[in-house]
Amino acid sequence: MCLVARYFEAAGVPTVILGSALDIVEHCGVPRFVYSDMPLGNPCGKPFDREMQRAIVAQTVDVLQTADKPRTTVKVPYPFSGDGSWRERYLEVRAGDAARLAKLGAERRAQRQRVRDEGRVRED
Amino acid sequence: MQPQQEYDLSMTSQPVPYMERTRLYYEAQGFEKPYVWAHFDEVPFTPLAKPLQESTLPLITTASLYDRAPTDVREVASASSTTPPPRLYGNDLSWDKKTTHLDDRGSYLPIEYLTELVADGRIGALSKRFHCAPTEYSQKHTLEVDAPEILRRCREDAVDVALLVPL
Repeated sequence: MCLVARYFEAAGVPTVILGSALDIVEHCGVPRFVYSDMPLGNPCGKPFDREMQRAIVAQTVDVLQTADKPRTTVKVPYPFSGDGSWRERYLEVRAGDAARLAKLGAERRAQRQRVRDEGRVRED
Repeated sequence: MQPQQEYDLSMTSQPVPYMERTRLYYEAQGFEKPYVWAHFDEVPFTPLAKPLQESTLPLITTASLYDRAPTDVREVASASSTTPPPRLYGNDLSWDKKTTHLDDRGSYLPIEYLTELVADGRIGALSKRFHCAPTEYSQKHTLEVDAPEILRRCREDAVDVALLVPL
Protein backbone atom coordinates (compact mmCIF):
# COMPACT_ATOMS: atom_id res chain seq x y z
CA MET A 1 0.00 0.00 0.00
CA CYS A 2 2.98 2.31 0.63
CA LEU A 3 3.98 1.89 -3.00
CA VAL A 4 0.48 2.83 -4.18
CA ALA A 5 0.53 5.96 -2.02
CA ARG A 6 3.90 6.97 -3.42
CA TYR A 7 2.69 6.32 -6.97
CA PHE A 8 -0.42 8.46 -6.49
CA GLU A 9 1.52 11.25 -4.87
CA ALA A 10 4.12 11.35 -7.65
CA ALA A 11 1.22 11.56 -10.11
CA GLY A 12 -0.19 14.60 -8.29
CA VAL A 13 -2.82 13.00 -6.04
CA PRO A 14 -2.35 13.71 -2.31
CA THR A 15 -2.73 10.63 -0.10
CA VAL A 16 -2.95 9.59 3.51
CA ILE A 17 -2.42 6.03 4.78
CA LEU A 18 -4.26 4.88 7.91
CA GLY A 19 -2.49 1.80 9.26
CA SER A 20 -0.84 -0.01 12.14
CA ALA A 21 2.52 -1.25 10.83
CA LEU A 22 4.54 1.79 11.84
CA ASP A 23 7.98 0.32 11.17
CA ILE A 24 7.12 -1.00 7.69
CA VAL A 25 5.49 2.24 6.55
CA GLU A 26 8.24 4.49 7.88
CA HIS A 27 10.93 2.21 6.45
CA CYS A 28 9.34 2.61 3.02
CA GLY A 29 8.79 6.36 3.31
CA VAL A 30 5.35 7.78 2.50
CA PRO A 31 3.90 11.28 2.28
CA ARG A 32 1.32 11.12 5.11
CA PHE A 33 0.73 8.33 7.61
CA VAL A 34 -1.71 8.03 10.48
CA TYR A 35 -0.49 5.42 12.94
CA SER A 36 -3.31 3.57 14.65
CA ASP A 37 -1.95 1.34 17.42
CA MET A 38 -4.26 -1.60 16.72
CA PRO A 39 -3.56 -5.24 15.83
CA LEU A 40 -3.14 -5.66 12.08
CA GLY A 41 -6.63 -6.00 10.59
CA ASN A 42 -8.44 -3.17 12.37
CA PRO A 43 -6.68 0.08 11.45
CA CYS A 44 -9.89 2.12 11.90
CA GLY A 45 -10.28 1.04 15.53
CA LYS A 46 -11.63 -1.76 17.68
CA PRO A 47 -14.39 -3.81 16.09
CA PHE A 48 -17.86 -2.46 16.91
CA ASP A 49 -16.47 0.58 18.75
CA ARG A 50 -18.23 3.18 16.61
CA GLU A 51 -17.02 6.22 18.52
CA MET A 52 -13.38 5.16 18.33
CA GLN A 53 -13.63 4.35 14.63
CA ARG A 54 -15.41 7.61 13.84
CA ALA A 55 -12.75 9.63 15.71
CA ILE A 56 -9.81 7.84 14.06
CA VAL A 57 -11.19 8.33 10.56
CA ALA A 58 -11.99 12.01 11.15
CA GLN A 59 -8.47 12.66 12.47
CA THR A 60 -7.02 10.77 9.52
CA VAL A 61 -8.67 12.82 6.80
CA ASP A 62 -7.64 16.02 8.61
CA VAL A 63 -4.00 15.04 8.04
CA LEU A 64 -4.54 15.48 4.31
CA GLN A 65 -4.70 19.20 4.87
CA THR A 66 -2.53 19.67 7.97
CA ALA A 67 0.59 17.84 6.75
CA ASP A 68 3.02 20.24 5.13
CA LYS A 69 5.89 17.89 4.27
CA PRO A 70 6.55 14.25 3.33
CA ARG A 71 7.12 11.56 6.00
CA THR A 72 4.49 13.15 8.21
CA THR A 73 3.38 10.60 10.82
CA VAL A 74 0.53 11.36 13.20
CA LYS A 75 -0.43 8.95 15.96
CA VAL A 76 -4.05 8.66 17.01
CA PRO A 77 -4.41 8.13 20.78
CA TYR A 78 -6.67 5.11 21.10
CA PRO A 79 -5.64 1.80 22.73
CA PHE A 80 -6.88 -1.57 21.54
CA SER A 81 -6.97 -3.23 24.96
CA GLY A 82 -5.67 -2.67 28.45
CA ASP A 83 -2.94 -5.22 28.94
CA GLY A 84 -1.38 -5.02 25.49
CA SER A 85 -0.82 -8.78 25.37
CA TRP A 86 -1.85 -8.82 21.69
CA ARG A 87 1.46 -7.19 20.83
CA GLU A 88 3.31 -10.43 21.47
CA ARG A 89 1.05 -12.79 19.53
CA TYR A 90 1.50 -11.81 15.88
CA LEU A 91 3.97 -14.22 14.23
CA GLU A 92 5.18 -15.27 17.65
CA VAL A 93 7.93 -17.91 17.66
CA ARG A 94 7.86 -19.80 20.95
CA ALA A 95 10.25 -22.37 22.35
CA GLY A 96 9.00 -25.73 21.13
CA ASP A 97 7.66 -24.31 17.85
CA ALA A 98 10.66 -25.34 15.74
CA ALA A 99 9.28 -28.59 14.31
CA ARG A 100 5.82 -27.14 13.61
CA LEU A 101 7.25 -24.07 11.86
CA ALA A 102 9.74 -26.10 9.85
CA LYS A 103 6.86 -28.27 8.59
CA LEU A 104 4.78 -25.18 7.79
CA GLY A 105 7.70 -23.72 5.84
CA ALA A 106 8.18 -26.93 3.85
CA GLU A 107 4.47 -26.90 2.95
CA ARG A 108 4.63 -23.26 1.87
CA ARG A 109 7.64 -23.93 -0.35
CA ALA A 110 5.91 -26.90 -1.93
CA GLN A 111 2.79 -24.80 -2.56
CA ARG A 112 4.88 -21.99 -4.02
CA GLN A 113 6.62 -24.47 -6.31
CA ARG A 114 3.27 -25.75 -7.58
CA VAL A 115 2.13 -22.21 -8.31
CA ARG A 116 5.45 -21.48 -10.03
CA ASP A 117 5.12 -24.61 -12.14
CA GLU A 118 1.73 -23.34 -13.27
CA GLY A 119 3.27 -20.01 -14.26
CA ARG A 120 1.28 -18.06 -11.67
CA VAL A 121 4.02 -16.48 -9.58
CA ARG A 122 5.51 -12.99 -9.50
CA GLU A 123 8.80 -12.76 -7.67
CA ASP A 124 10.87 -10.04 -9.27
CA MET B 1 16.83 11.11 4.74
CA GLN B 2 14.07 13.52 5.63
CA PRO B 3 13.25 13.73 9.37
CA GLN B 4 10.18 12.06 10.81
CA GLN B 5 7.47 14.47 11.86
CA GLU B 6 4.96 14.67 14.68
CA TYR B 7 5.37 11.21 16.17
CA ASP B 8 4.69 11.35 19.89
CA LEU B 9 6.24 8.36 21.67
CA SER B 10 4.88 9.42 25.04
CA MET B 11 1.35 8.44 24.02
CA THR B 12 1.96 4.75 23.60
CA SER B 13 3.59 1.47 24.33
CA GLN B 14 6.33 0.54 21.93
CA PRO B 15 5.07 -0.21 18.41
CA VAL B 16 5.17 -3.86 17.36
CA PRO B 17 8.41 -4.52 15.39
CA TYR B 18 6.72 -6.12 12.38
CA MET B 19 9.78 -6.31 10.11
CA GLU B 20 11.83 -8.09 12.77
CA ARG B 21 8.91 -10.35 13.75
CA THR B 22 8.41 -11.33 10.10
CA ARG B 23 12.11 -12.04 9.56
CA LEU B 24 12.33 -14.34 12.59
CA TYR B 25 9.09 -16.14 11.74
CA TYR B 26 10.10 -17.03 8.19
CA GLU B 27 13.65 -17.83 9.28
CA ALA B 28 12.10 -20.38 11.68
CA GLN B 29 10.22 -21.81 8.69
CA GLY B 30 13.47 -22.42 6.89
CA PHE B 31 13.31 -19.60 4.35
CA GLU B 32 16.89 -18.61 3.66
CA LYS B 33 16.39 -15.26 1.95
CA PRO B 34 14.64 -12.64 4.12
CA TYR B 35 12.01 -10.43 2.49
CA VAL B 36 13.42 -7.10 1.40
CA TRP B 37 10.98 -4.41 2.47
CA ALA B 38 10.52 -1.45 0.17
CA HIS B 39 12.71 1.48 1.15
CA PHE B 40 13.27 4.88 -0.43
CA ASP B 41 15.32 7.89 0.59
CA GLU B 42 13.13 10.30 -1.35
CA VAL B 43 9.41 10.67 -0.69
CA PRO B 44 7.05 12.44 -3.10
CA PHE B 45 4.64 15.00 -1.68
CA THR B 46 1.74 16.81 -3.36
CA PRO B 47 -0.05 19.58 -1.44
CA LEU B 48 -3.84 19.72 -1.74
CA ALA B 49 -4.88 21.56 -4.89
CA LYS B 50 -8.14 22.64 -3.29
CA PRO B 51 -9.72 22.46 0.16
CA LEU B 52 -10.76 19.04 1.45
CA GLN B 53 -14.32 20.40 1.66
CA GLU B 54 -14.30 20.57 -2.15
CA SER B 55 -12.35 17.37 -2.81
CA THR B 56 -13.51 13.93 -3.93
CA LEU B 57 -11.93 11.09 -1.95
CA PRO B 58 -11.73 7.37 -2.81
CA LEU B 59 -11.07 4.64 -0.28
CA ILE B 60 -8.43 2.02 -1.11
CA THR B 61 -8.12 -1.18 0.92
CA THR B 62 -5.96 -4.31 0.85
CA ALA B 63 -8.94 -6.50 1.75
CA SER B 64 -10.69 -8.37 -1.06
CA LEU B 65 -14.25 -8.62 -2.34
CA TYR B 66 -14.33 -12.41 -2.07
CA ASP B 67 -12.71 -15.08 0.08
CA ARG B 68 -9.59 -15.74 -2.00
CA ALA B 69 -7.56 -18.91 -1.77
CA PRO B 70 -3.87 -18.41 -0.95
CA THR B 71 -2.91 -19.44 -4.49
CA ASP B 72 -5.44 -17.21 -6.30
CA VAL B 73 -3.93 -14.47 -8.44
CA ARG B 74 -4.66 -11.14 -6.78
CA GLU B 75 -6.00 -8.41 -9.03
CA VAL B 76 -7.29 -4.88 -8.66
CA ALA B 77 -11.01 -4.83 -7.92
CA SER B 78 -13.56 -2.08 -7.34
CA ALA B 79 -17.05 -1.86 -5.86
CA SER B 80 -19.71 0.71 -5.11
CA SER B 81 -19.18 3.07 -2.18
CA THR B 82 -22.90 3.78 -1.98
CA THR B 83 -23.97 0.13 -1.79
CA PRO B 84 -20.86 -1.57 -0.39
CA PRO B 85 -20.79 -5.30 0.36
CA PRO B 86 -21.55 -6.13 4.01
CA ARG B 87 -17.99 -7.32 4.58
CA LEU B 88 -14.63 -7.83 2.88
CA TYR B 89 -12.14 -10.68 3.21
CA GLY B 90 -8.48 -11.23 4.01
CA ASN B 91 -7.95 -14.87 4.85
CA ASP B 92 -5.09 -15.05 2.35
CA LEU B 93 -3.33 -12.01 3.84
CA SER B 94 -1.09 -11.51 6.87
CA TRP B 95 -2.78 -9.77 9.79
CA ASP B 96 -3.39 -10.61 13.43
CA LYS B 97 -5.91 -13.41 13.10
CA LYS B 98 -5.16 -14.62 16.65
CA THR B 99 -6.29 -11.36 18.20
CA THR B 100 -9.00 -9.94 15.99
CA HIS B 101 -11.33 -10.49 13.02
CA LEU B 102 -12.84 -8.76 9.99
CA ASP B 103 -16.47 -9.19 11.03
CA ASP B 104 -16.96 -5.45 11.55
CA ARG B 105 -16.52 -3.63 8.26
CA GLY B 106 -16.15 -0.30 10.05
CA SER B 107 -12.87 -1.46 11.57
CA TYR B 108 -11.15 -1.61 8.17
CA LEU B 109 -13.41 -0.05 5.49
CA PRO B 110 -14.72 3.22 6.97
CA ILE B 111 -17.34 4.08 4.37
CA GLU B 112 -20.00 5.13 6.89
CA TYR B 113 -17.68 7.55 8.65
CA LEU B 114 -16.52 9.09 5.39
CA THR B 115 -20.15 9.50 4.34
CA GLU B 116 -20.79 11.31 7.63
CA LEU B 117 -17.81 13.59 7.02
CA VAL B 118 -19.24 14.44 3.60
CA ALA B 119 -22.63 15.21 5.21
CA ASP B 120 -20.84 17.40 7.77
CA GLY B 121 -19.12 19.32 4.98
CA ARG B 122 -15.59 18.25 5.93
CA ILE B 123 -15.03 16.31 2.68
CA GLY B 124 -16.46 17.33 -0.68
CA ALA B 125 -17.57 13.88 -1.81
CA LEU B 126 -16.84 10.19 -1.43
CA SER B 127 -15.76 8.64 -4.73
CA LYS B 128 -18.49 6.44 -6.21
CA ARG B 129 -16.18 3.40 -6.08
CA PHE B 130 -13.74 2.05 -3.56
CA HIS B 131 -10.80 -0.08 -4.70
CA CYS B 132 -9.06 -3.24 -3.53
CA ALA B 133 -5.29 -3.12 -3.98
CA PRO B 134 -3.59 -6.51 -4.24
CA THR B 135 -0.68 -6.98 -1.85
CA GLU B 136 2.06 -8.51 -3.95
CA TYR B 137 5.41 -10.10 -3.13
CA SER B 138 6.61 -8.37 -6.30
CA GLN B 139 7.09 -4.64 -5.70
CA LYS B 140 7.73 -4.29 -9.43
CA HIS B 141 4.27 -5.67 -10.22
CA THR B 142 2.67 -3.26 -7.74
CA LEU B 143 4.45 -0.26 -9.24
CA GLU B 144 4.09 -1.19 -12.91
CA VAL B 145 0.67 -2.85 -13.01
CA ASP B 146 -1.54 -2.48 -9.95
CA ALA B 147 -0.82 1.10 -8.84
CA PRO B 148 -1.30 2.49 -12.39
CA GLU B 149 -4.58 0.56 -12.72
CA ILE B 150 -5.93 1.87 -9.42
CA LEU B 151 -4.90 5.42 -10.36
CA ARG B 152 -6.59 5.01 -13.76
CA ARG B 153 -9.85 4.02 -12.07
CA CYS B 154 -9.56 6.90 -9.63
CA ARG B 155 -8.99 9.35 -12.48
CA GLU B 156 -12.16 8.03 -14.13
CA ASP B 157 -13.98 8.95 -10.94
CA ALA B 158 -12.35 12.42 -10.88
CA VAL B 159 -10.78 12.06 -7.44
CA ASP B 160 -8.68 14.82 -5.86
CA VAL B 161 -7.11 12.96 -2.91
CA ALA B 162 -7.01 9.36 -1.64
CA LEU B 163 -7.34 7.50 1.66
CA LEU B 164 -5.48 4.18 1.81
CA VAL B 165 -6.34 1.75 4.59
CA PRO B 166 -4.22 -1.43 4.63
CA LEU B 167 -5.42 -4.25 6.90
